[in-house]
Amino acid sequence: MTTPILEINELCVSYGKVEALHHINLKVEAGQIVTVIGPNGAGKTTLLGAIMGLLPSKGDIVFQGEVQNDIEVEHLVAMGMTLVPEKRELFGEMSVEDNLLLGAFQRYRHGERDEGKTMDQVFATFPRLKERRTQLAGTLSGGERQMLAVGRALMAKPKLLMLDEPSLGLAPLIVREIFHIIADLKKTGVAILLVEQNARAALQIADTGYVLETGSVALEGESRALADDPRVVETYLGLGGKKK
Amino acid sequence: MDLQIALLLGQDGIVNGAIYALLALALVLVFTVTRVIFIPQGEFVAYGALTLAAFQAGKTPGTLWLMLGAGVLVALIDTFKAVRSGSLVRLKRIVLWDLVLPGAVAGLVLWLEPGRLPLAAQVVLALAIVVPLGPMIYRLAYQPLAGASVLVLLIVSVAVHWALVGLGLLFFGAEGSRTTPFSDAQFNLGMLTINGQTLWVLGASAALIVALYLFFGRSLYGKALRATAINRVGARLMGISTTMAGKLTFTLAAMIGALSGILVAPITTVYYDTGFLVGLKGFVAAIIAGLVSYPLAAAGAILVGLLEAFSSFWASAFKEVIVFTLIIPVLIWRSLTSHHVEEEE
Repeated sequence: MTTPILEINELCVSYGKVEALHHINLKVEAGQIVTVIGPNGAGKTTLLGAIMGLLPSKGDIVFQGEVQNDIEVEHLVAMGMTLVPEKRELFGEMSVEDNLLLGAFQRYRHGERDEGKTMDQVFATFPRLKERRTQLAGTLSGGERQMLAVGRALMAKPKLLMLDEPSLGLAPLIVREIFHIIADLKKTGVAILLVEQNARAALQIADTGYVLETGSVALEGESRALADDPRVVETYLGLGGKKK
Repeated sequence: MDLQIALLLGQDGIVNGAIYALLALALVLVFTVTRVIFIPQGEFVAYGALTLAAFQAGKTPGTLWLMLGAGVLVALIDTFKAVRSGSLVRLKRIVLWDLVLPGAVAGLVLWLEPGRLPLAAQVVLALAIVVPLGPMIYRLAYQPLAGASVLVLLIVSVAVHWALVGLGLLFFGAEGSRTTPFSDAQFNLGMLTINGQTLWVLGASAALIVALYLFFGRSLYGKALRATAINRVGARLMGISTTMAGKLTFTLAAMIGALSGILVAPITTVYYDTGFLVGLKGFVAAIIAGLVSYPLAAAGAILVGLLEAFSSFWASAFKEVIVFTLIIPVLIWRSLTSHHVEEEE
């Protein structure tokens, strides 16, 4: 058995005295798409923030077989973990090209000078970004921004790509496009941890899934099995589930 | 006032304005990247000028010992942290940057007797002593509080400012110094006489501004600093650490400050506390630019320089008052015209 890319044991996160996540256990195997679904306020974004080192947490975060507690964001980026945050956090007053280049900053700093080649690969995945390469990131449409955020993360050549609600605020057609791209990314070998409210789309492309409710894992399993689970159907898939 | 006086004052104003422009750029840079209002910026001006003057007087400048001491302190703190978190790989960098390099600079200064060297070599050595103080001060005073509010960081700045002024008095005494001009050339343009140092100040300022422009526009490190200024969280997620950005920014600020001091030292007598006023005038220019816009800061600095020159002619007793009063209409104008921009999305 290969070691999982990411393994989380008994992770707890607190904001002051309020515990937002309780004893989370989660595993992402190499080359897999794992999705975490759940309602607003369940702690999905908090979970990604804690894994990425943006929030202090208790419990073990094991990345590529190594325990990563008390480690800074920058170090995790260098080790191959990237997060595309819910708010995208683009550099609005800089060009698309500069945004992408900065995605490769950590590798550049460690002497890897192939950012031009990586950018061509990103442009192959997102041809729209190539058309907009000189435009300022702040002038892009919502869908293009999301593409730029994912493209920028890919510039780091991550081993684990974490996506926080990539469908948020996007038109249905664009959401489909983004999910197609995420499914395609899997073929490049990168493991993906996908946090989504759009449960149906997420479960369709994921291998395994977790349902997060009020800070705890309520359900977990293969995504196909989850999609058929009556509790998931009722709560998250709603009417669409019955149509099936 | 006749035309000749006006031209003279204009020349004065533009030369001083060029220096204020450099300082204003440094202040804007430091504020946008680290949110620190860098009051000690002026101290680097005084340290740069007085370190060079000490060389020319055949003395060993006290800043040398300050740099060595700060290096040892930084090395101690960082070693302690590295040992506690078990990441011993960092030790090599610590020893190199905080002990070996400062030691090498000190050795060079003590061995070479800079007073007998050509001016260019003296300038390089003075910069080698003063510039490392920038990142060291960031490490000691600001890095532990990097996440604090702007107000807390401002209070730290006041403390650092007083500490550096006090040390300046200790190192250089209360007497002011002047250094030898970079060139004795004089040019006559009609009724206006321009001396070589004026051209040096203007040329060096312009060159430095172009260099900074290229650094921020072309190099990935420059872009990383801009990215940190635009979106701190986004930058961290790209692996641009706040600490690295802070140290790099303070290095640039120290370099700009020390170089400004070295440029003005032949024109004005620099005292241990001269930097404060010079820095504040740069600050007025930076405020005109709202602490964000580089071109506006440079333009504001020229305005400050001219205003100062002309008010020293008409009302010399009120020269500082007039310059600093400028801040009030500027703030009113800015608060009336600027609209709060919401975060995108």
